[in-house]
Amino acid sequence: MSLTTRPSAGLGLKPEFYDAALACSAKGVWFEVHPENYMVAGGPRLGWLEAIRARHPIALHGVALSLAADAEPDAAHLARLASLARRIEPALVSEHLAWSNWRGAYLPDLLPFPRTDAALARIVDNVCRTQDALGRRIAIENPAHYLALAGHQWDEVDFLAELARRSGCGLLLDVNNVHVGACNLAYSAEAYVDAFPGAHVMEVHLAGHTRDPKLGDALLIDSHDAPVAEPVWALYERLIARIGPRPTLIERDGNLPAFAALMAERDRAEGVLCAPLGKAA
Amino acid sequence: MHAVEQPLRAGALARFQDAFAQALFAPPAAPRDEVAALAAQPAFAVYRNTVLKGCIDALVANYPAVVRLTGEDWLREAAAIYAREAPPATPMLLEYGSDFAAFLARFAPAAELPYLPDVARLDRLWTQAHTAPSEDAVEPAAVARLAPEALASAVLHPHAAARWAWFDSGPIYSIWSRNRAIAPSQAALEWKPEGALLVRPHDAVEWLALDEGGCALLDACAEGRTLGDAAGAALAAQPDLDLRSLMSALLDAGAFGRLSLQHQATSCKESI
Repeated sequence: MSLTTRPSAGLGLKPEFYDAALACSAKGVWFEVHPENYMVAGGPRLGWLEAIRARHPIALHGVALSLAADAEPDAAHLARLASLARRIEPALVSEHLAWSNWRGAYLPDLLPFPRTDAALARIVDNVCRTQDALGRRIAIENPAHYLALAGHQWDEVDFLAELARRSGCGLLLDVNNVHVGACNLAYSAEAYVDAFPGAHVMEVHLAGHTRDPKLGDALLIDSHDAPVAEPVWALYERLIARIGPRPTLIERDGNLPAFAALMAERDRAEGVLCAPLGKAA
Repeated sequence: MHAVEQPLRAGALARFQDAFAQALFAPPAAPRDEVAALAAQPAFAVYRNTVLKGCIDALVANYPAVVRLTGEDWLREAAAIYAREAPPATPMLLEYGSDFAAFLARFAPAAELPYLPDVARLDRLWTQAHTAPSEDAVEPAAVARLAPEALASAVLHPHAAARWAWFDSGPIYSIWSRNRAIAPSQAALEWKPEGALLVRPHDAVEWLALDEGGCALLDACAEGRTLGDAAGAALAAQPDLDLRSLMSALLDAGAFGRLSLQHQATSCKESI
């Protein structure tokens, strides 16, 4: 089953929702997981994923290949990802424009770096190695930003477009990350979304964010623990109107509501994908 | 003539990542020059907090009985100290904290709960059982129909998900199982050594108390010794052991994954 035949909306899969996901019969629904949570030899987790995969498409959204580290992806980790991909046959595989492994330590976050020519060359090489190991094209996601980093030689949209051109990868546009980064670093979210190379977009992410407890609106955090905010929906509608429908995921990792509440957000995204405006673009 | 090797020089990206990674776990004032300006931004705390929270959340998830015994606030503080000493080595966070029991054993604030490290060991064995390869358990009937000589020379291999441990230090199994149960037993705790067996014959991990002889028998089986040898080891460890009821309990629990019959021994006997 392909997500690209008719791009539809999916939901991040949490263990709390295994039963509901298995029983879900919404048209076009699909689910996404972090592959790192399923890199086990056996057991009920893998059993659930395989059972859900038998009914719905699954996307693998990696958080740990550390493609922006100044090092090759860990060979053992890449082999585990390839093995899981053979087992699950995912509709999509994605990763982040970030680093998280460094000199033998895993730092559980998506860390920033200066977008330089050297970094681009390294990431192109790492993405190519990953695509070779998996035997498929992957999508790379724009991260959320908090820090004003010195030393950027590239604008992020140009950097991602060039990465896609050189490596042949696709892109995953996280619209909430655009909103969060634009608020934190004072750039235009609309201009970012408008400039994003639509032809490369294989998937779109929507998530909720929170305000920093001390700094409030001056620092938004990509927390995935709240409903998708209205400004993010507006950016999403603007994007889909321009580039047409793309597989879209509602991400929710914390402060989980009932499955039905998440499905309502998923259905709203599905509505945007099916809107005449999106189809016409 | 041969090429002169250039000394390896870390590039700018690697230097940035060295400094950034160091700053994540360092005290706020300490970051090196390369990232001092970054670490001074209030937003740097988002990365510090996310990385540390990721480590702590993983330990809290991996050690539920320890959390019940200490309270979550206490464990989060201990986990923060552990995480600064030993960040995860792999992104499979289910594996994180494999030596957390050893950390608790030398962690002074945990000294008033001397059984805590052993309870952590059982939490770790649970995770190992939970993620082990799947395997069909040996059916009790497959063993019951063997003749006594065939049984003594057979090898019963422990199930891939079976884990067991004997604790001389006290009723660790009772403490642990009460702190994993939704409705724990209220019976008085008898302070005596105990053993535990964790199995996953189907989907979910199950557990039961195991005698010292049972642990010795499974140790011998895991070494590939015959059931006759293993029974000898079990009786040596626990002379009053009821071997028949032990075997029946282990088989019913699904503790074995494979039965190897010693055809050579059998054919020898037949040729006499």
